[in-house]
Amino acid sequence: MSADVIDKSLETFVLNLGPQHPATHGVLRVKLTMDGEYIVHAEPVLGYIHRMHEKMGENRTWAQFMPNTGRLDYLAALSYNHGYAMAAERAEGIEVPERAEYIRCITVELNRIASHLLWFGAFVLDLGGFTPLLYAFDDREQILDLLESVTGARLTFCYFRFGGVYNDIDDNFITGTREFIKRLRSRMPMYHDLVTNNIILIKRLKGIGPISQEMCRRYGATGPVLRGSGVNFDVRKHEPYSVYPEFDFDIPVYTDCDSMARYMVRMDEMEQSMRIIEQGLDKLPEGPVMAAKAPKILKPAKGDYYCAVEAARGSFGIRLVSDGTNTPYRLKLRSPTFSNLSLFAEACQGMLLPDALALMGTLDLVIPEIDR
Amino acid sequence: MTTELIRLLAFLVGIIAFAALNAAYLVWVERKGAAHFQRRIGPKEVGPYGLLQPLADGAKLMSKQLLIPDGVDPILFKIAPLMVLVPAVMSFVTIPFGEHLAARNIDLGLLMVFAFASINVLGLLLGSWGSANKYAVIAAARVISQNIAYEIPMLLTAIALVMATNTMNLNEMVSLQGGGFWHWNLIKLTFTASPLTPIAFLIFFTTMLAETNRAPFDMAEAESELVAGSFTEYSGMGFGVFFMGEYANIVIGAALTTVLFLGGWQSPLPFLPNSVVWFLMKMYVIIFTVVWIRWTFPRTQFYALLNLSWKVLIPISLVNLIVTAGWLKVF
Repeated sequence: MSADVIDKSLETFVLNLGPQHPATHGVLRVKLTMDGEYIVHAEPVLGYIHRMHEKMGENRTWAQFMPNTGRLDYLAALSYNHGYAMAAERAEGIEVPERAEYIRCITVELNRIASHLLWFGAFVLDLGGFTPLLYAFDDREQILDLLESVTGARLTFCYFRFGGVYNDIDDNFITGTREFIKRLRSRMPMYHDLVTNNIILIKRLKGIGPISQEMCRRYGATGPVLRGSGVNFDVRKHEPYSVYPEFDFDIPVYTDCDSMARYMVRMDEMEQSMRIIEQGLDKLPEGPVMAAKAPKILKPAKGDYYCAVEAARGSFGIRLVSDGTNTPYRLKLRSPTFSNLSLFAEACQGMLLPDALALMGTLDLVIPEIDR
Repeated sequence: MTTELIRLLAFLVGIIAFAALNAAYLVWVERKGAAHFQRRIGPKEVGPYGLLQPLADGAKLMSKQLLIPDGVDPILFKIAPLMVLVPAVMSFVTIPFGEHLAARNIDLGLLMVFAFASINVLGLLLGSWGSANKYAVIAAARVISQNIAYEIPMLLTAIALVMATNTMNLNEMVSLQGGGFWHWNLIKLTFTASPLTPIAFLIFFTTMLAETNRAPFDMAEAESELVAGSFTEYSGMGFGVFFMGEYANIVIGAALTTVLFLGGWQSPLPFLPNSVVWFLMKMYVIIFTVVWIRWTFPRTQFYALLNLSWKVLIPISLVNLIVTAGWLKVF
């Protein structure tokens, strides 16, 4: 005779993962219904760091919103600067000098490497390996020093202006960046030896945490999550902006759909970003870094404007609605990790807790960007 | 009678001091070691090279309120840390540090160490259950199945060793390994009992890591999954005692590995005198390896951990046992 379960709900328990939990890297809370260590149901709960960025945008001038964009995804702030600046420039019809565009691409790619390095460290930390985090931070520190020398900030950048950038890069930055790329190139094999080829890491990632193309499509996942599922989509290539068409770089795509694929996409992207930076430094034209005719106070014509950029975590879209005054009428942010997180609830069903946390790690969540 | 009493007291004080000092200074070794693996400096403010850091940590933990949250079982919650620390200290009783330096020279010393080492799991289980925390209970379930799975290959390798050496007396086992490093069980038994002995040594070392809940098998703590696992609700000295127990267990594990495989207090070369120094050196090399492994590898999955034990370690140690038995029968 088999034992019958009288009440299914008595067989499970609710585990409150967060808002203070080492693996959520911020104030994300996930309500997990667990059957032993298996996840039956997951429900991400947001709102612990909501700061009303979109509403703030409606109450300040166009230029005053720029610092806010650096505080969404604070690990890759320059991409968000870039998205907002481009959207506003499109609305106002400002022509950006070529040198400024090159500088934008170089700094954004540096920022992308910094973001991926931090993700790499924090992700391995999620898997219980503490040491790579410190090595990754060591490399990231070099980038922050470089960016600090031109932007004046180390984390919440506010470097781009409508019509260019506010500070030209100098020779120190150029030689420093070249040295950094040389250094990171020599360190990547070490990371691969120590971490990527580690048998425990392979066992924890290979074939675990599948996210199908179909699921990505339903939830609107972008960035490395989508490319790890075998979809070749990168805003830099498929909706080209800035001077990205001038660069020769590849989009790393892995078709395994598992955690390892998403891990490899990010590791390969660092190499591609280094290629872009090198080409950018080689081709860097002379000239001004600020459009001569950029207006001091923006008053874009009435209309609806949209612009998307490839941020470190996926496609960041920004929609501006202007009513012709000096403040935006509506400002809508489409952040990549919000979509990437929403598929977590479905993807982690039936998984073991540690594997689900590894899956969450590969989504590369930055909570202030989800919770705007 | 009085001399016996004095001897007893001396060893009691000695063992507790040794266990406590080791537990405290292993924290320092771990922090310093981790720091250097990670290109940091580590503790450096308290005393030269941060050597007084363990004392400062201890004073801090002592001065903290022993927080007993609502809903916990206060008795279990309080005795659990002791149930981890006390058996570990008890195990030191039979460890032969030097030729005449052992608190008790018991004929069934090996059995006693294993018996006491098993209690530590019970302590973790009771502490986790008593603290009424879901993370702790998950950790407890993991610890139990992990320890059961790993005790089997550990005992199987030890039994093969006992069969080959014909003794469970730890001091005698060390005495049999005298006369240079090629007489150590690790090498000697490869040619006299079972060619699988080096593999048995690796199995013993792996199971020792798992039994002491060390990375990459640190399922009891698993800080990125289970917050702090079994210790989630513990603060102050309750946590401190747990921690000391953990480190005391590592010392026991390393000491046992030294005694069983690496010739205990025997010197590696025949013309050098035997001494307790050799024992300590071998033991600390093993402890350093344990620290090294922790800061290099990520954590395994729980089911991979059990698979490793049931599908790999147990069959190999069984084969080793049979080979040893056959060899001893034939030759």
